[in-house]
Amino acid sequence: MGRIWKVSDNISTDEIIPGRYNVTTDRAQLAQAAFIEYRPDYAPGVRPGDVVVAGRNFGMGSSREHAPIALQASGIQAIVARSFARIFYRNAINIGLPILVCDELHGAIEDGDSLDLDLATGRINLPDGRTFQVEPLPEFVLKIVQAGGIIPFVQAGNL
Amino acid sequence: MGTMSEEILSRKVGREVRAGEIVIVPVDYVMAHDQTSPLAIESFRKLGKPLFDPQRTIIVFDHIIPAATVQAATLQRGIRSWMAEEQVGNFLQDGICHQVLVERGFVTPGAVIVGADSHSCTYGALGAFGTGMGSTDIAVALATGKTWLRVPETVRFELTGEMGEHVYAKDLALAMCGAIGVDGANYQAVEYGGSAVQAMNISQRMTLANMAIEMGGKTGLCEPDDVVDAYLDGRARTPYEPVLPRDPQYSRVIEIDASDLQPMVAMPPDPEHLAPANELGDVAIDQVFVGTCTNGRLDDLEIAARVLRGRTISSNTRMVVTPASRQVLLQAMERGYIQTLVEAGATVTNPGCGPCIGRHQGVLAAGERAITTQNRNFPGRMGDPTAEIYLASPATAAASAVTGYITDPRRLS
Repeated sequence: MGRIWKVSDNISTDEIIPGRYNVTTDRAQLAQAAFIEYRPDYAPGVRPGDVVVAGRNFGMGSSREHAPIALQASGIQAIVARSFARIFYRNAINIGLPILVCDELHGAIEDGDSLDLDLATGRINLPDGRTFQVEPLPEFVLKIVQAGGIIPFVQAGNL
Repeated sequence: MGTMSEEILSRKVGREVRAGEIVIVPVDYVMAHDQTSPLAIESFRKLGKPLFDPQRTIIVFDHIIPAATVQAATLQRGIRSWMAEEQVGNFLQDGICHQVLVERGFVTPGAVIVGADSHSCTYGALGAFGTGMGSTDIAVALATGKTWLRVPETVRFELTGEMGEHVYAKDLALAMCGAIGVDGANYQAVEYGGSAVQAMNISQRMTLANMAIEMGGKTGLCEPDDVVDAYLDGRARTPYEPVLPRDPQYSRVIEIDASDLQPMVAMPPDPEHLAPANELGDVAIDQVFVGTCTNGRLDDLEIAARVLRGRTISSNTRMVVTPASRQVLLQAMERGYIQTLVEAGATVTNPGCGPCIGRHQGVLAAGERAITTQNRNFPGRMGDPTAEIYLASPATAAASAVTGYITDPRRLS
């Protein structure tokens, strides 16, 4: 079971990690700055296996890869959103951070709830028995994920 | 047959491709800047390959120059030594990446340019498929000369009519964000057509294309025409062939009559929340900023200078002006705009991104309010997360500097 960190629609990369915290490539430092102003309780409270559940258009704005890296390095197992902004989506796939699209979950849960996520099947189970199925990834994108990100994907001779 | 995106990508791939397909595309240029290069270099090193072409590699220092902190300076030193190792062919440090790529003739119709900056969609102003990506995507392009793209559907804006007094491309760009929202073109391309676009110069078209990403757009394309040809005459680095839509199918067509528009302001927390400047009431402003890849060009500085000529900035506010490039700064000096702006009380900085990203040159304190010509007003972008950011044209920003509160520029004259 992972704790749910619920965030709203249109969360920008400035809210995931403000620009002035991007002056490092150190993952631990970036993790400490995740949601630092938008949700100051996140970085001290997040535990391995937790899940961010977002509304529409998560990660809009800048192309900074620091944003998905900060969230990945904070230990979450995945982000489940109603939709993702395009560049954030690519960045997360490229670095091997599971991002899942599910339209119904966001409205069905509250911040602090728990969920059980099976990454292999895309099945989400809530403690009260409700279940949700995430949308399948496009085939090409799935291959990148299965390779462990775009770098191993390219190293294996793809692209 | 297809939209501009389908046509451009079909030519690059060598067969007819359609929206929805995922294709592997050769790229003409790959760009990263001082903020996104460090992570790109880390990923590039993991790939363990040389640059696909040092002459098609462009590194620009624009986000924090001169370096404002030891951390920034250290990252920049690291990029410089990597550039020396890899013999990067193009290193530019005299303006905002998108501005200098256009000025230096890298951007031509039909080209595919990927940049580690979300506003790489700006290159669509000249009919190039420019798109923003993260650092690892850029590392892959640096090493392979290729990228994968899902061929986008296209939202087409038909922009007609003549813009009235003190209504500019920025007001139109904001109106489009208001019309379809900040994810209205997510995963899609944007095309701008119609008589209002044909009447625009390159700078104004760049203002439109720049804000395609504020609707989620993958790129923002204007149809190349004789305005583009005249601009590129003697400037383009390579011969080009204009690519136009051919019997396109759009996912959505939105018509806007520019003659209906007034000076607009986007309110916090994002560019889809709009109001006409003259309906906002008394909104006091602590800082005015004119600059950025959206509105830091010569004509933008001219508009601001015209509003400020013979006037002084209100003692209740402050104003920062950041020319988009050294070339813009030199021309603005030559024409007296810088003189006018400084006489009015503005602080003119070196060319670059300036305070847009909240790292230096005008950071906002808690509860402060700014009006700026940039493209984004997300919480925390320019400093403290409780600072409020309003987006507007250079005319509306300059008029607000005179009064100290958000002001429709038509009210000043």
